[in-house]
Amino acid sequence: MEAIFIIATGALVAMTCALLGSFLLLRKMAMLGDAISHAVLPGIVLAFMISGSRDNFSMLIGASLAGLLVTLLIELLHKKIHLQEDASIGISFTWLFAIGVILISAYTEQVDLDQDCVLYGEIAYVPFDLIYFSGGELFFPRATIISGLLFLLTLGFVLVAYKGLKITSFNSDYAKSLGISTLAWHLVFMSMVSITTVLSFEIVGAILIVALLVVPPATAYLLTKRLKQMLLLALIFALLSAIGGYYLAVLLDASIAGAMVSLAGFFFLLALIFSRLRSRSLKVDAYLNE
Amino acid sequence: MENQTALEVHNLTASYQRKPVLWEIDFKVPSGHLIGILGPNGSGKTTLLRNIMNLMEADSGYVKIFGKDLDEVRSRLSYVPQRESVDWNFPASVREVVEMGRYRPGNLLRRLKSSDKQKVKAALEKVGMLAYADRQISELSGGQQQRVFIARSLAQEADIYLMDEPFVGVDAATEEAILSLLSGLRDEGKTVLIVHHDLQSAYQYFDWMILLNTRLIAAGPKEEVFNSTYLREAYGGKLNLLSKLGEIIAREQFPLREPDFKEKEGSGDE
Ligand SMILES: Nc1ncnc2c1ncn2[C@@H]1O[C@H](COP(=O)(O)OP(=O)(O)OP(=O)(O)O)[C@@H](O)[C@H]1O
Ligand SMILES: [Mg+2]
Repeated sequence: MEAIFIIATGALVAMTCALLGSFLLLRKMAMLGDAISHAVLPGIVLAFMISGSRDNFSMLIGASLAGLLVTLLIELLHKKIHLQEDASIGISFTWLFAIGVILISAYTEQVDLDQDCVLYGEIAYVPFDLIYFSGGELFFPRATIISGLLFLLTLGFVLVAYKGLKITSFNSDYAKSLGISTLAWHLVFMSMVSITTVLSFEIVGAILIVALLVVPPATAYLLTKRLKQMLLLALIFALLSAIGGYYLAVLLDASIAGAMVSLAGFFFLLALIFSRLRSRSLKVDAYLNE
Repeated sequence: MENQTALEVHNLTASYQRKPVLWEIDFKVPSGHLIGILGPNGSGKTTLLRNIMNLMEADSGYVKIFGKDLDEVRSRLSYVPQRESVDWNFPASVREVVEMGRYRPGNLLRRLKSSDKQKVKAALEKVGMLAYADRQISELSGGQQQRVFIARSLAQEADIYLMDEPFVGVDAATEEAILSLLSGLRDEGKTVLIVHHDLQSAYQYFDWMILLNTRLIAAGPKEEVFNSTYLREAYGGKLNLLSKLGEIIAREQFPLREPDFKEKEGSGDE
């Protein structure tokens, strides 16, 4: 039962990241996921210090605000000050992350948040924090419920916003010329990424969220040139990484989140080899046909 | 309503990082013409289109479309960006890209109607890309990509078309086909502005011209604009083509001008 809860939670987080990460990749903003996942740290710490509780809704708000702040900061540095985009991203998030680290270390006495947990998360503890339903007969881990709701929210968002995400990712100037507010779309999308990052924080940790946002979508992108297929493949690779990662971790007695990401990386490697071989065989075919 | 002003650019100055790229540009374009925007590389042609579409903020001046602000008449305007401005490895099919021509702020969260799909199909057919509708855009040649962009613009069913270098990377036959398509639009009373690079063909293609080099050099009917004084001003000494221009004009002007040119007057029925 514990295994199922851990796998389900990991899979739900990984699949949520796969959907959002696919659009991050297509918007050429894979690094922005990195930025947000680090920048939410001061938001979380501040919210924690103000509210004094870890379970609090205010933590989500604090982190989402920090996520939006870093998005806006990057836009400002890039569009108004004309700094290169990668430099804008690098400066904004390292700075906010540093503030977060200082806050944690300075108030480490009062604050029960530890840096390792923030960076690496602890998915193995998922089954110990339960919520009971219908008089205690039915129970689910809190993290499983949260990641399930998050996945449904994200899936719904992607389904409803599919056209908007597609046109603003492919050709944002053209979208603007149609009167579509690309900035609003950008902010809504980045809010989804922030919320996901924040909620997944405790489960897989900041560094591994970044991997989950980037690796399964990149794997899918190598294998198909159709957007719907790409999203579907990213979901499948996320699911396989979560299931396989758990058993790999049990086998090796290693970190579960680490094993999930290692497996995702392994799939990426396979896809890379496959796409190379395929393009070579296409070339050979073309040559033979001439 | 042949001679209604389709587009007015008033004293427009625009810059990148405080360096002016357009300087007090001021002209009016009557509707129902096929208009070439000409000028050397970096003369601000793309910037002019981006300003008309409000994709960047001008330092001063304004643009009016049919006498109104862009936001009031946006659906009457269609913009075709430079082909290289997008990533053609994006996972999308030809049809999906052309469908974007039917996207509006108000229908983004809904499915496209079947009438929209019909217009998409018609646009694909006009540019000869219907057979490629389900192809992925990464598998197209440069000229086919250009035709996809034009189909997307046609699907918008606008009254003014602004196209940034639609003939780059297109073979002669396709160029001719696209041109006759655009002339057809002009004959229906639409206004088509095209950023164009090739001076040699410009005189045959367009009936109106805007000559640009940061400043506006000249804007008007091609006979008034296309002369060596203005062209030298726009292109500077660089242009050893100038000597050939006389020939081009002579060749074009002395054979009888297309007789249907003047007779079209009454046909703008929209
Ligand atoms: N994003 C930008 N940032 C800074 N400068 C720019 C930018 N885009 C264009 N410029 C500069 O503005 C000037 C005008 O550029 P623009 O793209 O409008 O020229 P163009 O006439 O379209 O040129 P081309 O024929 O090469 O397409 C050029 O000097 C260019 O260097
Ligand atoms: Mg240009």
